[in-house]
Amino acid sequence: MALAFDEFGRPFIILREQDQKTRLRGIDAQKANIAAGKAVARILRSSLGPKGMDKMLQGPDGDVTISNDGATILEQMDVDNQIAKLMVELSRSQDYEIGDGTTGVVVMAGALLEQAERQLDRGIHPIRIAEGYETASRVAVEHLERIAQKFEFDVNNYEPLVQTCMTTLSSKIVNRCKRSLAEIAVKAVLAVADLERRDVNLDLIKVEGKVGGKLEDTELIYGILVDKDMSHPQMPKQIEDAHIAILTCPFEPPKPKTKHKVDIDTVEKFETLRKQEQQYFDEMVQKCKDVGATLVICQWGFDDEANHLLMHRNLPAVRWVGGVELELIAIATGGRIVPRFQELTPEKLGKAGMVREKSFGTTKERMLYIEHCANSKAVTIFIRGGNKMMIEETKRSIHDALCVARNLIRNNSIVYGGGAAEITCSLAVDAAADKYPGVEQYAIRAFAEALDSVPMALAENSGLQPIETLSAVKSQQIKENIPFYGIDCNDVGTNDMREQNVFETLIGKQQQILLATQVVKMILKIDDVISNSEY
Amino acid sequence: MPIDKIFKDDASEEKGERARMASFIGAMAVADLVKSTLGPKGMDKILQSTGRGHSVTVTNDGATILKSLHIDNPAAKVLVDISKVQDDEVGDGTTSVVVLAGELLREAEKLVTSKIHPMTIIAGYRMAAECARDALLKRVIDNKENAEKFRSDLMKIAMTTLCSKILSQDKEHFAEMAVDAVLRLKGSTNLEAIQIIKKPGGSLRDSFLDEGFILDKKIGIGQPKRIENAKILVANTAMDTDKVKIYGARVRVDSMTKVAEIEGAEKEKMKDKVNKILAHGINCFVNRQLIYNFPEELFADAGVLAIEHADFEGIERLGLVTGGEIASTFDNPESVKLGHCKLIEEIMIGEDKLIHFSGVEMGQACSIVLRGASHHVLDEAERSLHDALCVLSQTVNDSRVLLGGGWPEMVMAKEVDELARKTAGKKSHAIEAFSRALVAIPTTIADNAGLDSAELVAQLRAEHHTEGCNAGIDVISGAVGDMEERGIYEAFKVKQAVLLSATEAAEMILRVDEIITCAPRRREDRM
Repeated sequence: MALAFDEFGRPFIILREQDQKTRLRGIDAQKANIAAGKAVARILRSSLGPKGMDKMLQGPDGDVTISNDGATILEQMDVDNQIAKLMVELSRSQDYEIGDGTTGVVVMAGALLEQAERQLDRGIHPIRIAEGYETASRVAVEHLERIAQKFEFDVNNYEPLVQTCMTTLSSKIVNRCKRSLAEIAVKAVLAVADLERRDVNLDLIKVEGKVGGKLEDTELIYGILVDKDMSHPQMPKQIEDAHIAILTCPFEPPKPKTKHKVDIDTVEKFETLRKQEQQYFDEMVQKCKDVGATLVICQWGFDDEANHLLMHRNLPAVRWVGGVELELIAIATGGRIVPRFQELTPEKLGKAGMVREKSFGTTKERMLYIEHCANSKAVTIFIRGGNKMMIEETKRSIHDALCVARNLIRNNSIVYGGGAAEITCSLAVDAAADKYPGVEQYAIRAFAEALDSVPMALAENSGLQPIETLSAVKSQQIKENIPFYGIDCNDVGTNDMREQNVFETLIGKQQQILLATQVVKMILKIDDVISNSEY
Repeated sequence: MPIDKIFKDDASEEKGERARMASFIGAMAVADLVKSTLGPKGMDKILQSTGRGHSVTVTNDGATILKSLHIDNPAAKVLVDISKVQDDEVGDGTTSVVVLAGELLREAEKLVTSKIHPMTIIAGYRMAAECARDALLKRVIDNKENAEKFRSDLMKIAMTTLCSKILSQDKEHFAEMAVDAVLRLKGSTNLEAIQIIKKPGGSLRDSFLDEGFILDKKIGIGQPKRIENAKILVANTAMDTDKVKIYGARVRVDSMTKVAEIEGAEKEKMKDKVNKILAHGINCFVNRQLIYNFPEELFADAGVLAIEHADFEGIERLGLVTGGEIASTFDNPESVKLGHCKLIEEIMIGEDKLIHFSGVEMGQACSIVLRGASHHVLDEAERSLHDALCVLSQTVNDSRVLLGGGWPEMVMAKEVDELARKTAGKKSHAIEAFSRALVAIPTTIADNAGLDSAELVAQLRAEHHTEGCNAGIDVISGAVGDMEERGIYEAFKVKQAVLLSATEAAEMILRVDEIITCAPRRREDRM
């Protein structure tokens, strides 16, 4: 294919080793790309909404993941196709940016591609389609801005936040106790939120899971949970009013970084070295004791002797605590991380009202609770559940809920869920289409139709007649000119999403539309695919 | 138009009905596999490992069987996982949880074929599980206040657990042992404190619980074999060559005499250490690490019993029993807490010599010595005893108990049935199915015992329609009987965990409508 002729009519090859490459160009390339994109979207389509199904993924090492979260499914799917990889990226960027709506964005992109294919068949140039989509997405986003509602909440009245988180959780397997999980998520976010700056650092929320127990036992701990136990089995298991020394230096003889040798050539030297070694340990422990620490948390290990000395001096200690956890402990207890024993001072100690060790189940598994901290800005969500996959899925769901709560604190505008936002956007885009002369008009209309596919999928997954339901809701929206009629997924009996308390964040929805449009534009612009053929 | 492949070469994708079928079949196959081990007349399985030596395990324990299986079906893996969690969390009921989850899926399959959407089934199952739990909660017996009754409850639970195991012959004997051991723990769930020593030889009946502590070690040569009023120092310190731990230290000498001098100094150092240890006024020294010949000799000279290389759990337990603290430095003898015991002696079990510490101060830890004809028997006995100990230690914390022998399942099934009748809509089918799945457990117990399950279960169901009925299946006599009289009890916590995790697992598998299997990771070909 990659053959050209020079002025004498002699052929020459542009792409080398052409038999080893496959090449698709023009309309064929576009169609192949669209087909791949659609295939990915089709996989996720059935996961959308409160009645969406899960996917079971078996990883390359035989590990099983069961998930409903679009980003997770795509990430684990290990796709090979380039266009499919773009879709995976799309879902991932929605996850990073917003944290929720990762399935919706892919379904949306799939629908846009499907519509684009139809326009291509009509002979419209891909760039014109892309431009039309761009215009349409602007219209849709502006329309969302207009219909969005602000809602007020504060630390004491967080009910609206809980409602929104519940909408997110209702599509996950944890929807059995969505109420309590949503409350946990909101409380956690509020605990760490900086309401003045309208910012939330989600790193301060630690999500820890342990198999066993039931989902209802999931709890929010105003403190830190560390999956470690006391370094010496006979140390006290409970410390009240702990003063915590947070160390990043090991309880071991110093190891200078520069290469050095200590030569022992006489008996005296041997003796002094021995004495010195003993002194090291003694001094270290004494230092901790001197500043008034009642608990030592260390990033490194302890030498046996140091361990005993700590125990002996009645100074409980925890070793091998990870860096992130150490930081969290430092934040929560208001302590400072101390890299050298010499720098220990009483001011640098963290304070916690209660530190206790708790054991679980029949195996020797213990965890350390650090509670009633001086600065309760770090919290832990402790998840329990019947099996490993359940815990993992709950973690992901909680993450989504946390992100939603954070987004609301950043920007308290909401739109109505259940497909209501998409339907009203579709109507707005459709109305706007007529104003554009030229070929774009068709593309804009196609965009409106693509928007309909999200509520359509919702209805389909909920076992409703998709076309019938959608047209009913649409006409209702036009007739009453109210943008919050959506699909009644849970069979409650009303289409009014305000009544059902189904909310989504404005930024989440806007981001979905923008991201999906961008990716589709990118895919449409590709007209040549060169790849190494199968080997 | 060719649709490009999205996945890698070896990956596969199953959708919709096919995916559901694949997971149902996988899960049911696993459930059926362990089904025959359920109940007092359940059979055992032989597991042969593919590793070197083809070691053989004979077991009745669901978790052990499933753990050793190599399973490819992802849904089956979910079941294996719940069984493992059940083992870690409550210790018993590992077979029941898998069987129940399998039955729930079997019923769900029937519903799916009759065109009921999985989401509807899940909704029904959830309602049913909630209702079943409430039904159990209403009927629990709690004898926490009455210590004597509580003990007898524990005995009965232990016997019920053990009766499905290899120990069923001597279940009273073992139940007594397990209850004693667990009550010594005083509410802690740290089963590490109970040491189980397995010695082949003798019969299972010869197994015994020792109030003291037995350490599977030999006494050093030339050291006293018997010490009365022992003062024990439990230590974790290097007694081989006491290295200088300062980084980069090395010995550089230029003549032989210097070597000798340093060697002398090293010896002196060790001698110092030993002297320091001796300064504690002890007559027994137990170390976690090796003791070399030289210090051992020094100890022998001083008439101190030195025991080397006790493993970490052993040391920890010894610390627990004798009340000493685990020491690593020996500079201030006055403040180190020593352990005490009345008598240390060497005893013989079979033909092995063991060290026996008796008359210990704090009675938290204890040892159980298991005797039996072969290693397989001993291993299985240990697993059974472990199950019993787990259940008991959990029951000590949560003292609610239930009757056994299929009684709880029938109680739940009855309540769930009633709920089904009250519920409108398609969900009621699912609720009904849940009750059928519950009844499958007594059915399996009866089937495994070679009884007429249909007849028995029907009879049981009829009995349960009278209020406050205690009827269950008495496998020994092969009829329906009063479980309270027979003394068949189970822990509430176990039953609850079975119910909840089985429902959770079934729900998870039901929600799946697509299975994507990634290409297996390519392994380097190693010849």
